Amino acid sequence: MSDMSNTTALPPSKTSGILSYQNREALTGWLMAAPVIVLLFTFLVLPFIFAFGFSLTNQRLISPNPTEFVGLRNYQRLLTIRSLTLEPERDTAGNAIRDEEGNLEYPRLRSFTRNNEDYPQLDGLREWQSWQRGENRVYLLASDTVFLRALLNTFLFVLIVAPLQAGLALLLAILINQPLRGVNIFRAIYFMPVIISIVIVGVLWSFIYDGQDGLLNTLLSAMTFGNFEGIDWLGNPRTALGAIMAMSIWQGVGFHMVIWLSGLQTIPFVLYEAASISGASAWQKFRYVTWPGLRNTAILILIVITMQAFALFTQIDVMTRGGPLDSTQSIVFQAVQRGFEKQDIAGGSAISVILFVLVLLVSVIQRYLTRER
Amino acid sequence: MKAQTVKGRFAGLSKLGLYAVLLFFAFLFIFPVVLMIVSSFKPDLQLLRDTSSFRAFLPVGDLSLTNYYEAFERAPIGRFVFNSIFVTLTTLVLGLFLNSLAGFAFAILRWPGRNIILSIIIATFVIPFETIAVPLLLIVNTLPWIGLDGFTQGWLNSYHVQIIPFIADALSIFLFVQFFKDLPGEIIEAARIDGASWWQIYLRVIMPISGSVIATAAILKFLVMYNQYLWPLMVTRSEEFRPVMVGLQYFFQLNTAWGELMAYLSVITVPVIIFYLMLQRAFIESVASSGVKG
Repeated sequence: MSDMSNTTALPPSKTSGILSYQNREALTGWLMAAPVIVLLFTFLVLPFIFAFGFSLTNQRLISPNPTEFVGLRNYQRLLTIRSLTLEPERDTAGNAIRDEEGNLEYPRLRSFTRNNEDYPQLDGLREWQSWQRGENRVYLLASDTVFLRALLNTFLFVLIVAPLQAGLALLLAILINQPLRGVNIFRAIYFMPVIISIVIVGVLWSFIYDGQDGLLNTLLSAMTFGNFEGIDWLGNPRTALGAIMAMSIWQGVGFHMVIWLSGLQTIPFVLYEAASISGASAWQKFRYVTWPGLRNTAILILIVITMQAFALFTQIDVMTRGGPLDSTQSIVFQAVQRGFEKQDIAGGSAISVILFVLVLLVSVIQRYLTRER
Repeated sequence: MKAQTVKGRFAGLSKLGLYAVLLFFAFLFIFPVVLMIVSSFKPDLQLLRDTSSFRAFLPVGDLSLTNYYEAFERAPIGRFVFNSIFVTLTTLVLGLFLNSLAGFAFAILRWPGRNIILSIIIATFVIPFETIAVPLLLIVNTLPWIGLDGFTQGWLNSYHVQIIPFIADALSIFLFVQFFKDLPGEIIEAARIDGASWWQIYLRVIMPISGSVIATAAILKFLVMYNQYLWPLMVTRSEEFRPVMVGLQYFFQLNTAWGELMAYLSVITVPVIIFYLMLQRAFIESVASSGVKG
């Protein structure tokens, strides 16, 4: 019946089948897409849905007890934070008691967080942060301090790596875009770390970051004429995350350089000529010609880097496994460690779901901030 | 990629200065690889001593292939390399076929549901694989398989568990859709008028002119598959099926034998680097085209 609409494009012999032209096209379309739809559903969407499901249960890999629905308990265990303000111990006159060194004395935290019937909401919590306010001491207590550390580290990683990596990549792209002999060789070298597995990159940099005679210490010592005390970069809680950030930027920057480069090359040359004629400086050309022309590229790079940074895992697994003192924990590392190594599938899934929600939130915010005005 | 000449953007910087900056960055990006290759020829003691000076980057001292012999004795490296290549190539071939076919269906054919399904596929970009790895492990562990030894339950410790979940690939589909959408409609129209079926158009008309996007999808997928780490770590139990990145574990025992480790890293990395250097234009354009249209 609907054959008529398409008669011009139709070979007459093909319209005589049982199916109309449109139906035949629709059927072929479904058939062609069906294999990947089935595969993606089974191996990507289904595990994604399972992660949501498991996060509401007490599923473990091997457990004598049947799996039960536990509602949001896994999330509660991950995210509970409470504050507690302690007053110093006072003597009968109401003066705060001080010890020999003049420090105020407070009741023991454990007396509130272990089986204290007056504070049931604090039961089982641990100290996460604390600070002094006047005579009082304020505590932030959390149920899962390791996870909060992972959350914080991941945000830190995203906030530091994304702008640095994008900025350095843009600088390299502008360098490579110069009309110089041999820039293609440099471009190939800058891109090379991208094709090397992050596992191998991690092993090589562990060697470079080594605390005794690692190359980085050698270099810093040579630059300061021997005045530099060697640091065990990955073994020191103060430097480990920074070392991993630096390595991650090193590995990924070539990738984003190439994306910037293709953005740079879409900017029409005449715009630069016009700017030259009107006497624009190099900076003005960048500010008023290059940068506006890179708007879409910038949005894309920002989104891609953010996603990659949130997924921080392999470097951690190869180089530090979250240590030392949890200073390099990340969300995904925690998800894998709990779900796979500790076989706490429910806990690991809850962490995965929290990550999905975060990534979704961030991408919605980024979309909003970078919308066309 | 021709560098469009942008005269005077760096008017103040002399050419020499530019080359100095370019060389500095070149050193920065290449030195770990040089370190790896050079170290693989040095005995452990010298290797560790050399890192305290810039001899670390120079092929000097007592050089030999001993590390390579010992690395091959320590681990079945040939087997690991074979496994990686087999898994990578099989996934690549099956994936290129099915993903391009789906891309064709999404871009060219009109059928109900195609837009919503394509949006869902693109939305899956934001799911990091690591976060679904454990549920996926449980799923593949329940799936049946019919192989040479008959009917079995569970896919663990096999080649297919490393291949099948990665055949369909959202990024590849997206690349094919973008490419096919930009093709001139007349060539398809003309083929239809000549009486070609959709399958014939896909196979005889579209695929022969899609070399560039096929290369792009192949290169990006190759990098992902050859560098697989977490998944094979979870699903392979025996040497028989382990790929190269999991084989790395053999070199991290009580005392790391750095020389052998560097030899192993060189064996599994240098061929990829050579392959890359030969095809670097294609590699770089792959990444560029994966970005431009997004």
